[in-house]
Amino acid sequence: MKTRSDDEAHRAVEAVARESYGRLVAVLAARTRDLAGAEDALADALVAALATWPRDGIPKNPQGWLLTAARNRLMDHARHRIVQDQSAPTLELMASELDEMTDPDALPDERLKLLFVCAHPAIDADMHTPLMLQTVLGLDAVAIGRALLVAPKTIGQRLVRAKNKIRQTRIAFEIPTADQIPERLEAVLNAIYAAYGNSWEDATAADQHIAELGQEAIWLARVLREQITDDAEVRGVLALMLHCEARRAARRSADGEFVPLSEQDPRKWRAEMIAEAERELAAAAEMGRPGRFQIEAAIQSVHAERAHSGTTDWSAIATFYDQLMQLAPSIGGAVARAAAHAEVRGPQAGLTLLDAIASETTSYQPYWAVRAHLLQQLGRSEAADEAFERAIGLSEDAAVRNFLAHRRRQR
Amino acid sequence: MLYCLLIYERPTDFERRDPSVEADAYRGAWRKYYHAMVDAGVYVGGNPLGPPDTGTTVRFRDNKRQIQDGPYAGTKEQLGGFTILELPSLDAALDWAARCPAASYGAVEVRPLAGGLKDSITGENQK
Repeated sequence: MKTRSDDEAHRAVEAVARESYGRLVAVLAARTRDLAGAEDALADALVAALATWPRDGIPKNPQGWLLTAARNRLMDHARHRIVQDQSAPTLELMASELDEMTDPDALPDERLKLLFVCAHPAIDADMHTPLMLQTVLGLDAVAIGRALLVAPKTIGQRLVRAKNKIRQTRIAFEIPTADQIPERLEAVLNAIYAAYGNSWEDATAADQHIAELGQEAIWLARVLREQITDDAEVRGVLALMLHCEARRAARRSADGEFVPLSEQDPRKWRAEMIAEAERELAAAAEMGRPGRFQIEAAIQSVHAERAHSGTTDWSAIATFYDQLMQLAPSIGGAVARAAAHAEVRGPQAGLTLLDAIASETTSYQPYWAVRAHLLQQLGRSEAADEAFERAIGLSEDAAVRNFLAHRRRQR
Repeated sequence: MLYCLLIYERPTDFERRDPSVEADAYRGAWRKYYHAMVDAGVYVGGNPLGPPDTGTTVRFRDNKRQIQDGPYAGTKEQLGGFTILELPSLDAALDWAARCPAASYGAVEVRPLAGGLKDSITGENQK
């Protein structure tokens, strides 16, 4: 039977794993460049903690305990390794370095280096997000596969391949030089935002794991902001995700129906998240270096304003989308820009903008949803019907399909 | 760690090797690059290769030699040479690859040398 101290010890292991996983993997891997080895060693240390902490009590410095256990495991492996490589002397050096670190707070935070390794240009861009989820957050291949809608076996194999490349080619665990940071940081931000976007597309948050992925992405952005305090886009991406996250619950009605942004009840938005988003965005704006994520966050900020003013300033939103299209053109942005201009200048103006991008959009669901909505407003019901048909056919989410079918009947 | 920069060039690039086609720009760029590597103390070795049409591809199958005129890969961009550098990380190797003249007109592939495999074949330890 489990005792109270057992439970406490288990919770302590879970807590330190959640808080320190990425930190410890980063510290170990920054010295060995062997991500898989660092993860295995830490996993062994966590198993050892589960066995000994209930018996001996929770150590005063749980993070230091885990690090020592993982380091010893790495040293054992190194001694037994038959293939000679350069990591054996590195491990000796690491051991002496770690021995000197008696103060756990003095442990260097190497997670930023780890994020740059995960989003390294020599690694396939598709693997940036899964690598971050695994090495910084400790998600296993099953959880990553479920969140990113990929077969766990496939993602597991590709993760192994990516980690082998990091080790065999000796990708540097270092923060890029100042002149390279902007281009390298973009990949890191894209990978974090891709994790969030995957979670956001599940409009009704039917899957708890996918909703959690959104929170993990925000957590990664916070780690990044702690370490890179002077980059406007780091704050921009965090603000953007916080604004979206604040509205997650409001996107679903009591009976599970999809609720579009314009019909959401602002009282269901999480005010403290919006406030944090606004602080980040303001801090970013002061830096005077606009970017894609800041503009997208600013658009969400205008939407959030409805909680106070009761109205939406569509003209401001349309202007932001104009800027966004100049800076970072995308099909999603172009469709949203058309919708915003329709709100300001009428459905025909929106439709004209949609017509201009028509050739790239045959299978892009939002294009057809917005088009259907505008045609319906113009009273062109036959064409609207056709567009609704396309939009419904392209929707993956049942709640969104129901919503569109309902809209279609409102003549 | 040793890295190999594999230099890929198009047919027109191979033509530029002929001094009557292009006097100095081509060789000059490579000369500067070579001296930069030597000055940085990272250059281990390397050589340009003869043009692809001087290549002959050999296979030994069913106890028979199969000899074919031409390079192994039938691609437009062909291996034109290689450089071996001693560097601490892939990132440093990518920096040197980006400075390579061929990076601007062709392509440079960076690969680590498989040092462990070499040691086990030669019975020597490189380090």
